Amino acid sequence: MPDVQQLLAEKFGDAVKRSAFRDNVRYIVATDRLIDVMTVLKSAGFDYLSDIAGIDYLHYPDATDRYGVVYSLANTETAERVYVRVFVNDPDPHVSSVYSIWKGADWMEREVFDMYGIVFDGHPDLRRILMPDGFTSYPLRKDYPLRGRGERHNFQIVTRAES
Amino acid sequence: MKFPDFLVTKLDWVANLARANSLWPMPFATACCGIELMATAASRYDIARFGSEAMRFSPRQCDLMLVAGRVVMKMIPVLQRIWLQMPEPKWCISMGACASSGGVFDTYAVVQGIDRFIPVDVYVPGCPPRPEQLIRAVLDLQEKVKATGTANAREFTARTVYAGPTSLLKQIDPEQTMVVPGDYNTASRSRS
Repeated sequence: MPDVQQLLAEKFGDAVKRSAFRDNVRYIVATDRLIDVMTVLKSAGFDYLSDIAGIDYLHYPDATDRYGVVYSLANTETAERVYVRVFVNDPDPHVSSVYSIWKGADWMEREVFDMYGIVFDGHPDLRRILMPDGFTSYPLRKDYPLRGRGERHNFQIVTRAES
Repeated sequence: MKFPDFLVTKLDWVANLARANSLWPMPFATACCGIELMATAASRYDIARFGSEAMRFSPRQCDLMLVAGRVVMKMIPVLQRIWLQMPEPKWCISMGACASSGGVFDTYAVVQGIDRFIPVDVYVPGCPPRPEQLIRAVLDLQEKVKATGTANAREFTARTVYAGPTSLLKQIDPEQTMVVPGDYNTASRSRS
C-alpha cells in the first residue's frame, strides 16, 4: 500500500496540510479539492466513511474560518483512521457532497445541513433530517440562543372546548 | 312527563362511578417515566387494584392519556393528534417534571410543559415519580371525575387551556457557554 502522506503531498502539494497527534492523523484540505482528495484516499484504502461532523468556530480563539466540516475515514483492512477537515465561511457556506463516493454520506450530510446550514453541492436530497420541516434556524450554530427564537411556542394549542 | 331533578343527579353519579373506576390509560411514554409507569402496571404496585390496568396503545379505545416523559416540539403534533383521536369523555395526567414543565431540558427543542398545548387534569411531580405517586394521581383523578363529571360529558365545554408558567432562568451569553482550550494548570476556562 502506498504511503498516503507521500501520495497526497505529491498529488496536491499545498492544498493538503497534515498534522498529527500520537496516532491521530488530520489532513486540512482546500475546500475546492475535497472530492479529489477523497477519491485518492478511498483508492488508497480508506474505504469507509464513518462520520461527518460540523464545527462552528464563532468566538473560538485564533480561528480564521467560521465553519469546519470534518470527515472521519477508516481503513477496514488495517483499522487506520484519518480525519479530513475543510473550512467554509459565511455567507452561503457550501462544500461539495461526497455522496458520489460514499452513499452513506446521505444522512450524515443532511444532519450537518440541518444543524449548521452548510449546503452540500451535489447532494441528491438535501432536506432537514432531525428538526421539523418548518424550522427556520440552524440550532447548533454558536449564535443561536440555547432556548431558541420562540419556535417551540408557535404550535397550535388544543383546548378542552375544541377536543 | 317531566323528569324530576334528583333522577338526573343520580344518573351523573352512576356514570361517574363507572368512569372513575375503569379509566383506560393510553401510555404516551417517551422517557424514563415510562419505566415507572410499567412498574406501576406490574404486579408489585398493580394499578389493576384501581381499575386502570387496561392499557391500550390505540387512542380510540382510551379515556386517559398518560404523558410520561419529555416531549420535543416535533412530537407535539403527534401528541395533539392522538389526544384528538381519543373519544370523549377523556382526561390527561402529566407524569413527571419533564411532561409538566420541561424539567432540566430547557432547550430550543423541548416543550416546556405539555399543558401549553393540550389540557391537563393532574400533574405528578418527580423525576421520575414513584409508582405510589402515580397511583395517588389516579386516585385524585378518580375524585375529580366523581366531583365534576356529568352524564353526557358536557363538563368539558366550559374549560380552556392553562397557559403554563414562564421560566425565571436567565438566558446565558453565548460567549459564557463556549468551551475553549483553557488553562490546564489552574483548571480555568479563560486563557491567560
